[in-house]
Formats: sequence, C-alpha cells, structure tokens
Amino acid sequence: MAITTVPGTTRPDRPASPIPARPRRRSLRRALVDNLTGHAFLIGAVLCFAVFSWYPMIRGIVMSFQRTRRGETTWVGWDNYARILDDPSFWTAWKNTIYFTVLALVLGYAVPFLVAILLNEFRHFRGYLRILVYLPVMLPPASALFLFKYYAYDPSEAGLFNAILAALHLPTSEWMQSPEMTMPAMVIASTWMNMGSAVLIYLAALQNIPGELYEAAELDGAGIWRRILTVTIPQTRLILLLMAMMQIVATMQLFIEPLILANGAGAEDSATSVAYLIYQHGFFQNDLNGAAALGVIMLVVLAGFSAVYARLTSRQD
Amino acid sequence: MSVPQYRKAAALALVAGLGLSLTACSTKSDDGGSADGKVTITIDCQPVGAQKELLQNWNDDVAEFQRQNPDIIIKSVSVGEQCNNPPDFTARLAGGTMTDVFYGYMTDLQQVLDSGQAMDITEYVNTETIPTWDSVDPALKEVFSDGGKLYAIPVKNYSMGLVYNKVLFQRAGLDPNNPPKTWPEVREAAKKIAALGDGIAGYAEYSAGNTGGWHFTALLYSQGGQILTPDGTKADFNNPLGRQVLQNLKDMRYGDNSMGSRQLLQWGDLLTNAAAGKVGMFIGAPDTTQAIVSQFQGRFQDWAMGPMPGQDGPAKATLGGGEGYFFKKGLTPEQVRAGLKWIAFQKLTPGKGQFDYVRAKPQNYPVGLPQPLLFANGTEAQKQELELRKANANVDTANFAAFEANPVPIKGEPRNAQAIYAILDAAMSGVLTNPNADIDALLKTAEDKVNQLLAAER
Repeated sequence: MAITTVPGTTRPDRPASPIPARPRRRSLRRALVDNLTGHAFLIGAVLCFAVFSWYPMIRGIVMSFQRTRRGETTWVGWDNYARILDDPSFWTAWKNTIYFTVLALVLGYAVPFLVAILLNEFRHFRGYLRILVYLPVMLPPASALFLFKYYAYDPSEAGLFNAILAALHLPTSEWMQSPEMTMPAMVIASTWMNMGSAVLIYLAALQNIPGELYEAAELDGAGIWRRILTVTIPQTRLILLLMAMMQIVATMQLFIEPLILANGAGAEDSATSVAYLIYQHGFFQNDLNGAAALGVIMLVVLAGFSAVYARLTSRQD
Repeated sequence: MSVPQYRKAAALALVAGLGLSLTACSTKSDDGGSADGKVTITIDCQPVGAQKELLQNWNDDVAEFQRQNPDIIIKSVSVGEQCNNPPDFTARLAGGTMTDVFYGYMTDLQQVLDSGQAMDITEYVNTETIPTWDSVDPALKEVFSDGGKLYAIPVKNYSMGLVYNKVLFQRAGLDPNNPPKTWPEVREAAKKIAALGDGIAGYAEYSAGNTGGWHFTALLYSQGGQILTPDGTKADFNNPLGRQVLQNLKDMRYGDNSMGSRQLLQWGDLLTNAAAGKVGMFIGAPDTTQAIVSQFQGRFQDWAMGPMPGQDGPAKATLGGGEGYFFKKGLTPEQVRAGLKWIAFQKLTPGKGQFDYVRAKPQNYPVGLPQPLLFANGTEAQKQELELRKANANVDTANFAAFEANPVPIKGEPRNAQAIYAILDAAMSGVLTNPNADIDALLKTAEDKVNQLLAAER
C-alpha cells in the first residue's frame, strides 16, 4: 500500500536525520538496541504474512508447475496450465465470473452510491438510517446467503420474492434454479450483503464536499441531477474509481455465493466461478496441481487490476 | 534490570513465544513408542459430541480394547464433518495431517495413493491380526487393493435400493408392502404421491455437490450401463441407457410435475425434505433411514425399502460403496498390528463394536437394517452377525424385506469417482431445472469433460 503524506506537514528546516553522525559500528548497534522492541513486534507481523500469505503463494506457484502421483512429485513445465486451459469448464467459469463482475458493477456499484447520496440528503434520522443500511454487513455472509436461499429465492410461490412478484401480478422466477437468473440473483444477494460498507465510504466522501459548491450550483439554478453530475461525481471521482477497482478485484473472487446459493456449480454450471472451479479441482478432483495453476492464472489477472488500483492510489500522492 | 536489558529480554521472550506458538501449531505424528513399551496409535472419525450415544459407545469400546490390550494406547480424533465431507478429507490429506489409522471412502483409494501417504499393509493382514478376515467379502478387499497390494480394511459396505415413505404411499392409495419395481412404476407412483399436494415430491433426486453425478451413476447401473469403458479410458454413458436415465427424470420433473419445485438438492437437502414428510421416494442405501432419523428428526416406522428399480424388469445392477481405514506411511510394524487389532475389535467382530447389537438396541440407532454387508455369504461371521441382528432388531425388518428378498448385482463406483460425479452434476441439474433441456447436448458435454479428465490422468 502506498504511504501518503499530508501536504504541509513536512518541515523543510528539520535535519534529514534526527541522529547525529557517529562512528558507523556504534550507530548500527545503537539503532538496533533503540528499535529492538519495534523489530520484535515487526517479527510477529512478518512471520504471520510469511507463513500464512507469502509461503502459500510461492508454494502454489511452484505446485502449478509440478504433478504429484503416487507420492512422487515431478516437474511438468506448463502441462497443468495447458490442461486447465483445455478444460471446457475453464471458459464457462471465466464467462460466469466476468458476467457477475459486470452485473455487480452495474448494480452493486451504482446502488450504494445512490443510497449514499440519498442518505446524505436526509436531514433527520440519519444515524438510524445508516445503521439500517449497515446491518446486513454485520450478518455473517453464510447466514445472509442461507436467508436468501431458503426464504427469498424459494422457487415456489412461498418464496419471498415470488410472493411479491405474484402479488404485483408479475411473472415469478425459479431464481437459482434458472440458469438465466442465477447470476442476477447472486448479484442481488451480494449487493444486499456488502452494500453497507460501500455506502459508509461514499457518505464520508460526500461529506467532504464543500457545501459552498452545492450552494453555488443551486444559485445557478442546478437541479438535483445536475448537482450530482457537476458537483458530486467530479468531487468524489477518485473514491469512485478506487471503489470500482476494489469491487472488480473482490467480485472476481466470487466463491461463497455459488457455494451456498447454488450448492456449487448451479443449474447447468451457470454458477461456476473461477474461484469455485479452483475449489472443485483441488478438493473434489484430486487435482491440487491443476487448482494451483488456475489460482496462478487468477492471480495474474487480479494483479493486473491491482496494478491499476496501485497506480490510481499513487496519483493521490 | 536496566531499560535496554528489559527491552532485550522482552523482545527475546516475544520471539521465543512466537516460535513456540508456531511449533505448537504444527502437527507431528506420534512416534508410536513410549518408554514403558506401550504402542500408541491415533485413529480418526471418533463420533462428534452431538452424537452422544455413538460417542459413548466409541469411548466404551476404546476403554474395553485397552483393558484387553494393556500395551496399546488408542488416541481418538474427531474433527467434525471429516467422515462425510470430501473437501475436509482432501484438505487433511494434502496437509499431511491424517491420523495413523485414517478413514476413507472406497472411492478415495486413488487419491490416497497419489498423496503417497498410504502404507502397503498386505503382509500384516491375516487371521492372526483380524480373526474374521477370511469371512470378509473378497470383493471389498479388492476395492481397497492396487497392484495386488492391500491399502485399507473395509469397515462398511452398502448397496442402493428404492427408499420410500410408507405413510405417503398409504395416503396416495398405494400398497406400502409392494414398492415399484420398474422406473415406469416409480413414475406412476410418484404422480399419485405428488397429487397429495402440500409441496410433496413423489420422487426426489440430487443434482448438486457431486451427489447428482453419484446418483446418475446409480440410475445408469440400474439400466445396465456403465460410466467408463472396461479399460477405464473413455466415458461410456452418452448412449441410449444414459439418455433413458435423464429422460425418466425429465418426464417426472416436467411431464408429471412429480418431483417438487425445489431442485439443486444435495445430500442433506433431500434428507431434510424426506424427514419432513415431503418426499415419497428416492434411491439410497438402508442407512439413509438412520440419517433421516438421527440427523433430520424423521421416524423409522415411516420408511421402507425395495430393490433398485429397472427399466423393464429388475435392475441390471445397483451401485455399491463403502468405507474403510487406511494406514499412514511410516508406522512401525507394532503400530500397524495395533491398528489392525483395533479395527478387528471395533469393526469386524460380530457382537462387538459396530456389531454390538445388544448395546445398540435400546439406543436411537437402528438394528436390523440389511447392512453393512461386510461378510461374504455363507461364512461363519456372516451367520453370527445375521443371528445377532435378528435377535436384537429394533426396526421392523419387514420394512426391508422387499430389498433383501430381491438382491441386485452390486457394481462399484468408477475410478476417479468424485471428479466424474462433479461433471455429471450438470447433466442432472440440466434436466431437473430446465424444461427445455437438451439431453443429447448435456450428455455430450459431460462425455467430453470426462474424456478430457481421463486423458489428463494418463
């Protein structure tokens, strides 16, 4: 993560180093002793990252070039990648994942921003409304998804959504049992679950917009949509871009929604995501090496998006 | 202590603490020996705490075994859903955290061998270590063998039939003592049961979480088909038999609307619905009734079982499967013998452990079900087990009479079963969720995927 400095807080009159020049040996020893506690605390964090993040990541990359049979591990070059690329489910999974990501951008990205604008406009009950919007985030994802699965998306007319649609004399849906509705249904559930955090971030950004800008726009006769287009969006542009990047990276790791809502692959593989395919290869198909290769492919794709994200954050400096 | 010294000491303590924590996190197998000459073995699949009676039985068995064998210490391990959740099993296998003697499905042999963690136990297994070994069905020994070497001891075996709800049969005007014997008869019965309304499915079927593929295999066997060619190199279900399986389901689901509206069911979903009295028929092993009762709050007396239906007459074959215990590579000969002795005591001795029907009779677990089919027909152990079972039955054995009286040839699961089942889930979910499903296309897609999987293995 980039380290940001707030403009105006640096002191040009301050010496470059607070420690006066000393003999080199002594200064090194001194620096070590002075920062011993800090280093000790750092060791914990470094060890945690090393053991639980970096080592598994490197191990995964190594495994993606190996094959284990009968307890013998051999180097197989790009074989696992070739095999994974030949798997018809690979392209299905990417197609589904990209479809989910695009739908989530349209729905899951726009809705929280609009809700934040609405909440920002309210003069009363702001605190209560914010709690209401944030409540689903406090619900464990598995519980929230089971609620959707058994109550909202029941394919009979007993299901919440179907009951509402029937009451409005609209056609009902089989939701997760319909290959066409699987992805939209997962996006709806995912948006509901995750909207609260995004709304709070947008609200914070909205409240940083100087009120004078809105006053000036109002004096110029701008209506609400004009104010959103000419003041709100330009003023929150950076946050909006960052949130879009984060959303893309997060939604491309789609896993728990298919696992719970669709019991895995869903109707005719319509819910199979890349992350779920990794799980399938690794845990059901006795193919940890293939799963590792797929994981590396996903890592490369996500790293591309993360690079854009890092570039955007560095521009903030 | 001066401040720098204090800081140094604190830092060292912190580092040492972290090191110790990490060491504590790692799992190292017990070396099996001890100063007093005792042999220690770790064994998994101890029942979980919620299964109070089963856990008590297990612990009592351990105590009794250790009393009889004072030189052996059994360390039981229970990690929740480990025994019926393939991903948990895979994770522990990949992580090398299996116990000395570890549980696995019959379909797990290939995976266990690939992990390099199973020990060849051929030289240790005989009537000295397992007194009833000669009575154990040779077909089951074969399932756990590879290249003439034995890698696990079978402890449970089942075959599938038609499980049905007698109460719903009665309400629908069907004869509860005469279950359907062919798929057209199942379809007719399902139509009548579904006509009861109230969300009742006449016939229910899996289509998710690999269970769809599992049952496709069972249905295909009943038609006389097979998943793979005999040499195991090609898929062999994209043919009229495979089409018949999917057509039967499609007809019931969308032609008759007799399979309920909820699909994408996996194991627990279907049994939950069954326990709630919302399922008329499904295919399963005898012990599914035990799961319905002990895990999903159903009632034994509601359920009965007939043989697996066939298309025009008796089924050509029925799917069989089961479980066993593997031995981790690197055990000492004493540990292997101790493990075998324990399995012999708890799993393969009529009147003891899982066959202690006198103990099980008053408990909420069925005695009298026609399983586990571990001992070969006509053997001494089979006779003893059957006599004890009959003498202590706490379920009405008449409910399983049709199943027992009409044995169907048992066919094992295909090689690499779980991977194939995952692929076949899509074919099952296709016909159960899409009224316009193209059966030929579904089978062709599944066939291509299975062939690719098999090619990649070679």
